[in-house]
Amino acid sequence: MNTATQVSPTTRAAAISASGLRKSYGDKVVLDGIDLRIPEGTIFALLGPNGAGKTTTVEILSTLITADSGQARIAGHDVTSDADSVRRRIGVTGQFAAVDGLLTAEENLLLMADLHHLSKREGRRRAAELLERFELTEAARKNVATFSGGMRRKLDLAMTLVGRPRIIFLDEPTTGLDPRSRRVMWELIRNLVTDQGVTIFLTTQYLDEADQLADRIAVLDHGKLVAEGTADELKRTIPGGHVRLRFADEAHLATAAGFFGTAARDDESLTLRIPGDGTLADLRAVLDVLDSTGIQAESLTVHTPDLDDVFLTLTGRQNAPTHPNPQKESAR
Amino acid sequence: MSAATATAPATRTRSYALRDSMTMLRRNLRHMQRYPSMTISIVTMPILMLLLFVYVFGGALGTGIGAGADRGDYVNYVVPGIILMSATSGAVATAVSVCTDMTEGIINRFRTMSISRGSVLTGHVLGSVIQVTAVLTLVMGVSLAIGFRPDASPVEWIAACGLLVFLAFGLAWLSAAMGMGAKTVEAASNAPLPLTFLPFLGSAVVTPDSMPAGLRWFAEYQPFTPINETLRGLLLGTPIGNDGWIALAWCTALSLAGYLWSRAVFNREVTR
Repeated sequence: MNTATQVSPTTRAAAISASGLRKSYGDKVVLDGIDLRIPEGTIFALLGPNGAGKTTTVEILSTLITADSGQARIAGHDVTSDADSVRRRIGVTGQFAAVDGLLTAEENLLLMADLHHLSKREGRRRAAELLERFELTEAARKNVATFSGGMRRKLDLAMTLVGRPRIIFLDEPTTGLDPRSRRVMWELIRNLVTDQGVTIFLTTQYLDEADQLADRIAVLDHGKLVAEGTADELKRTIPGGHVRLRFADEAHLATAAGFFGTAARDDESLTLRIPGDGTLADLRAVLDVLDSTGIQAESLTVHTPDLDDVFLTLTGRQNAPTHPNPQKESAR
Repeated sequence: MSAATATAPATRTRSYALRDSMTMLRRNLRHMQRYPSMTISIVTMPILMLLLFVYVFGGALGTGIGAGADRGDYVNYVVPGIILMSATSGAVATAVSVCTDMTEGIINRFRTMSISRGSVLTGHVLGSVIQVTAVLTLVMGVSLAIGFRPDASPVEWIAACGLLVFLAFGLAWLSAAMGMGAKTVEAASNAPLPLTFLPFLGSAVVTPDSMPAGLRWFAEYQPFTPINETLRGLLLGTPIGNDGWIALAWCTALSLAGYLWSRAVFNREVTR
């Protein structure tokens, strides 16, 4: 951790700020007034279903398109009036791999080095270093057309890093990747922030990705931000936390139900759901009751609301992005 | 870095325009070198046409260009036209490669980088000119091998090459605009086809005098006829007259129109 990260995130200078961003295509309102403030050296995740306006937000902030109204500043530079200064500070890895499929991995990186006006020597050094860091050295001389999705994505990110951007936009960086490649990408992204203190603006439709990576998360739905905060803050805003006790038979269940007044009882699965916030004190209270009454519980699980719950509650939709296990329970 | 970049960004970008264009040119040349199928197809087409016109039609067509003319004379007549056709066939390759770039993610990467905006296009246009020059050299080599006998002086050779490069440059801008405007690569490869066909509706393979009135009028006034006649004059010593100036005017007009059209499409695509 460098010294910058010691400062509280809220007092740090804003790497990205936006107010009242609006964008429509014809009658279709894609962004309906977006306000953002993302401090330097943090990871910000913009979470939302397909078509929520995530990519449009990235396109505006990365100078690809202009907003109909509103303002956005990147490292203090206006994205419309001072686009070139913005471009010099950002790196963008889009939803679809922006690599040159007719070149090799190394040539792609050298192309970026040339476009960043690095000297030949510096360019070669930088390319070699990135190939090494992204474990692409072996494939360096291979044509990108032969690369797997995960390798293309890694190269894509490596190309973004050639110019040492201070602010990086990642538009759905792991969409379509297998679980292992996703973890590799996550690790690379996390290291960028811890090692180099860059700011990352990430869009994702995966709740666990936002949960894993982001310091702050904003939920975008129908072009509006419907919630913003840390993963924990968001989870706290919605109900659903509980301790679940399972018993051997109905007799035990009935006895226990008598002692936990607020619990919801499920005779079929022989469980009791005791509402709570999942804190240690909460859990201890449950255990104390069990101890003092001598009731034997077969198992105990703690359920904290995860971002899926948040997402479903906030966007009011059941067709939220799939999660392998929406009612994720964590045994403690 | 901030101290250096504080000095007027516009000047800075302009000073890198040449360097960025050269980087893009190297990229396009590498594409051509690695995937030569496009270059091969645009070089085989005119050579096949040349052989077809000389050996299949040449005996019959030769008599049409003048009394007592034979296949040998016809080679001299048709080669400048085939050369022009080779110059136009490069347009298809340019449109396809520009369109491929525009429909793939890499263009968005370039657009978010602090590089000279036009360098993507300049790279394609210069690449196209080099590609066409290579094709023309090959076609000229084959022409000489099958009996083309130009009588041009070194100055005339230089003038002929200059005219062809100028034409290739104009066509490259025009086809770059076509490539950008096309939604798919297939559409991009079809868009410049009329251009490759145009020399035939002029003085490329037969004299316009032998055509019906309406077509003859078109053949005499379309851009490729004066260019063709100028080329023929430079290489073989036939009279050029006003055609030289008209040819230059057409090349200038093609370049200017192609450039302005490209720029307009490029800017429209950027702001969407």
